[in-house]
Amino acid sequence: MFRPMRERAAAAALNFTFDGRPMTGRAGDTVAASLLANGIVACRETPVSDTPRAPYCLMGVCFDCLVVIDGIGNRQGCLVPLSEGMRIETQHGRRQFGEALS
Amino acid sequence: MTPVKDIATVAEAYDLIVVGAGPAGLSAGVRAAELGLSVLLADENPTPGGQIYRAITTTPVTDRSILGEDYWRGSGIVARFEKSAATYAPGCTVWSIGPDEATPGSFELGLSLGGKARMISAAQVILATGAQERPFPIPGWTLPGVMTAGAAQIALKGSGIVPSGRTVIAGCGPLLYLLASQLAAAGTEIVAVLDTTPRSNWSKALAALPDFLRSPYLAKGLKLMAATRGKLRFLTGVTGLAAQGEKQLGGIRVERGSRVETIPCDALLLHQGVLPSVNFSNAAGCEHYFDEEQHAWLPRLDEWYASSVAGIAIAGDGAGIGGAESAALRGEIAAFGAAFRLGKLGESQRDAQAAPVRAELSRRLRGRRFLDLIYKPAPQFLAPPQDETIICRCEEVTAGQVRDAAARLGVTGPNQMKAFLRCGMGPCQGRLCGPTVVELIAQTRGVSPAETGYYRLRPPVKPVTLAELAALPATEAAVKAVVR
Amino acid sequence: MRTGRDSADVVVIGGGIHGCSTALHCALRGLSVILIEKDHAGRHASGVNAGGVRQLARHVAEIPLSNASMAIWHDIANLVDDDCGFSSDGQVLVAENEADLAQCRARVEDLNLRGFHHEEMIDAKELREIVPAVSEDCPGGVISRRDGAAIPLRATQAFKLKAQRIGVDVREGVRVTKIEHDGANWRVVTDAGECLAPRIVNAAGAWGGRIAADLGEPVPLEAVAPMLSITAPLPAFIKPVVILRGRKLSFKQFGNGTVLIGGGYLGRALPDENRTILDWSKLASNLKTVWELFPIMRGASIVRAWAGIEGRIADELPVFGRSAKHEGVYHQFGFSLHGFQLGPGAGAVMAEIIATGRSNVPIDGLGIERFAGSH
Repeated sequence: MFRPMRERAAAAALNFTFDGRPMTGRAGDTVAASLLANGIVACRETPVSDTPRAPYCLMGVCFDCLVVIDGIGNRQGCLVPLSEGMRIETQHGRRQFGEALS
Repeated sequence: MTPVKDIATVAEAYDLIVVGAGPAGLSAGVRAAELGLSVLLADENPTPGGQIYRAITTTPVTDRSILGEDYWRGSGIVARFEKSAATYAPGCTVWSIGPDEATPGSFELGLSLGGKARMISAAQVILATGAQERPFPIPGWTLPGVMTAGAAQIALKGSGIVPSGRTVIAGCGPLLYLLASQLAAAGTEIVAVLDTTPRSNWSKALAALPDFLRSPYLAKGLKLMAATRGKLRFLTGVTGLAAQGEKQLGGIRVERGSRVETIPCDALLLHQGVLPSVNFSNAAGCEHYFDEEQHAWLPRLDEWYASSVAGIAIAGDGAGIGGAESAALRGEIAAFGAAFRLGKLGESQRDAQAAPVRAELSRRLRGRRFLDLIYKPAPQFLAPPQDETIICRCEEVTAGQVRDAAARLGVTGPNQMKAFLRCGMGPCQGRLCGPTVVELIAQTRGVSPAETGYYRLRPPVKPVTLAELAALPATEAAVKAVVR
Repeated sequence: MRTGRDSADVVVIGGGIHGCSTALHCALRGLSVILIEKDHAGRHASGVNAGGVRQLARHVAEIPLSNASMAIWHDIANLVDDDCGFSSDGQVLVAENEADLAQCRARVEDLNLRGFHHEEMIDAKELREIVPAVSEDCPGGVISRRDGAAIPLRATQAFKLKAQRIGVDVREGVRVTKIEHDGANWRVVTDAGECLAPRIVNAAGAWGGRIAADLGEPVPLEAVAPMLSITAPLPAFIKPVVILRGRKLSFKQFGNGTVLIGGGYLGRALPDENRTILDWSKLASNLKTVWELFPIMRGASIVRAWAGIEGRIADELPVFGRSAKHEGVYHQFGFSLHGFQLGPGAGAVMAEIIATGRSNVPIDGLGIERFAGSH
């Protein structure tokens, strides 16, 4: 969906997974930007009709970029900075219960 | 100045809390700190700059000619803020504001940082939450591949990434040309720029033309238009748009009067102006009114940007669309207002120091009226004629359903609509559907948006987790307070 | 510009579910009705409550009205041409410990003695079958199987719309300023004209106390602001509505997956401004209860919180029935955070009393006369 422009400043590469698939991102990028840069088309399915959606506004207003990050769902990917080893997953329909119960 | 990382280190109370680290917030924070107020500036993004100066301290776009000099002007404001005595809390979402029952006249704000929430007290508040894009509901706008023009700018500024395939930019407003030139300079394959500016707007805008001719916008605008129009395919007089595709965008159907064509594309960037973000000011109880020329809900403010709630001021584009430089100037004026109300400077000092700022602001705002009038979207882009168009993205409610509720069930406004449809009840709290719902009801009933009214919003203005709220620490004041 | 009658058989003041239900039922009995509402139907408590359609844990004095109402709920579409979002998966009162459970048992026995059998004890095993997500420590509880929930604003509006369709003159955005005696009639003066009727019903909710006071029958009513919060959609994990015995909690998951959390924690009500102020530290306590009772909810996010303006009477019972002082005046307000389920039936009973002079449904203990001696 998105690709790096011709000349951009280098930054540390970060490893993360999306739905279990290993990917690399750039230190300083948000989760949403990292997914777009890796060619991900849809990051969630709506709770109402399971329709695929992708980030729309990238500024925290549309809530279409909701993803599951390290087991916690309903995270706005455009507001969360990518970090090393993050486990990102498609948010399927309704938010799942997640692992963080404590 | 070290940004706050742990919410436990934030003080229990401040003279002033500023919400938003765009030009208005940064500028208000700097000025207020200089005037001796204790200031906390909270912003939900990880770095300062808001939207217009997004990623100004970290952008990987090193070639300054791509983003343009207007963007780079932002580094000055950020640098001044970083040197100030204000406390800066990035990655911190402010989700509520209400009266501080322990300190009458003060406010209690709910903040979330790093998965922990706290209530913090403030004697004065400046909301600088800026603007958002005007919703642009066309059939298929929810397809992956369709985004706002602002989103493409954020992707470029923040990460140095551009849409990878054939890109179409559609809508109206100065940002259209700016984005086209920025993306083209960054190597995007732009296959068309579709202009939906209604031809009929020219006659209405003529009255405001003299001001525009004297304004800074003209030079900028002409330069931008020249840069883009020569090199890209430009279609004007667009009267209808529909995004097409199965599970993602495949093309855009364009109507220009009776002429129809479909342009295959992989990315569609939509933009038809910006609106003040009113969710927070609305939830805070500030009065708003519908401004016909900006065709938007604006907070009712005095000349110090004080709202109808004593102690809450609103600066920047959230006060009314004026652009980045105006935002910074309004932020300063709001800071003067707050400092005066806290007794940090006298009335004549306040007025004298604010005078040159006001003069500059007035120069900066000249020409805005022309832009508002000429770029007012056509009715079919404010309220889509196709019944099946989704207008509430969160709850997947269609234009037809809203029109039906207004016509058949006699619903007179968006709040009553909640008896029948779920518009406004999703996580975005009406940010992407509110203006459209108002327009649909108004058009169906033959009344003005002002008469229709807007959603009555409540905190939390952004979702907060149950975990955070359940663990909310009791403030000292609450512990000492008499049980009600 | 008001176009309509200047007089009717009945004027109902207040467009909450009680006012709308009474107006509808009066019209079904052939009476002409004017309904006056200062905002819009369901603007306040009736439109923003938890939607619980509950017989469970009711004060004994309300049970007959509640029974009458429940019969209507289970056939609501036939009455108002709208299912009001009503679903019935029962309501469960969870006992958190053995002491709680013993009190539950005593209560059910008492109800049975009085001839009421809608509440049944359930043991730990059945509790966990019905409410699998509940904490392991809970030893059992009480279930009322015919209970459920509906969508409050939709239900209130449905009553209003049906009332209009059968001829009730509904006047929204009109505020009553004065009520005066005029021969055999009552003159109801509003900010948009006046109307006359031999019978008036004070169904003004949190504002009903003022009307009663103006008529010389004050009651100890306070305007309160019960708070609610709702989550983003979650996978279905609970069908019945859950309430607690010991601590304040009510808990309901809708078909769309969102979970509504209440319990009667109070914010601050400003009835003259139509405004409420949330109390976050009390909401925190409310949510902490959810945290402890339903570990599965710990990752949920709260997307909205609000509070309505409700009228609470000191003894937690409504004022329902004839005025103690005035012929032709009827009171139907002060439902103290539990009036929603009663609306449909209370309206039917009130209409019966107005039309025929009496009702077979016992309403002892709910009359306004219980406050007459205290002034």
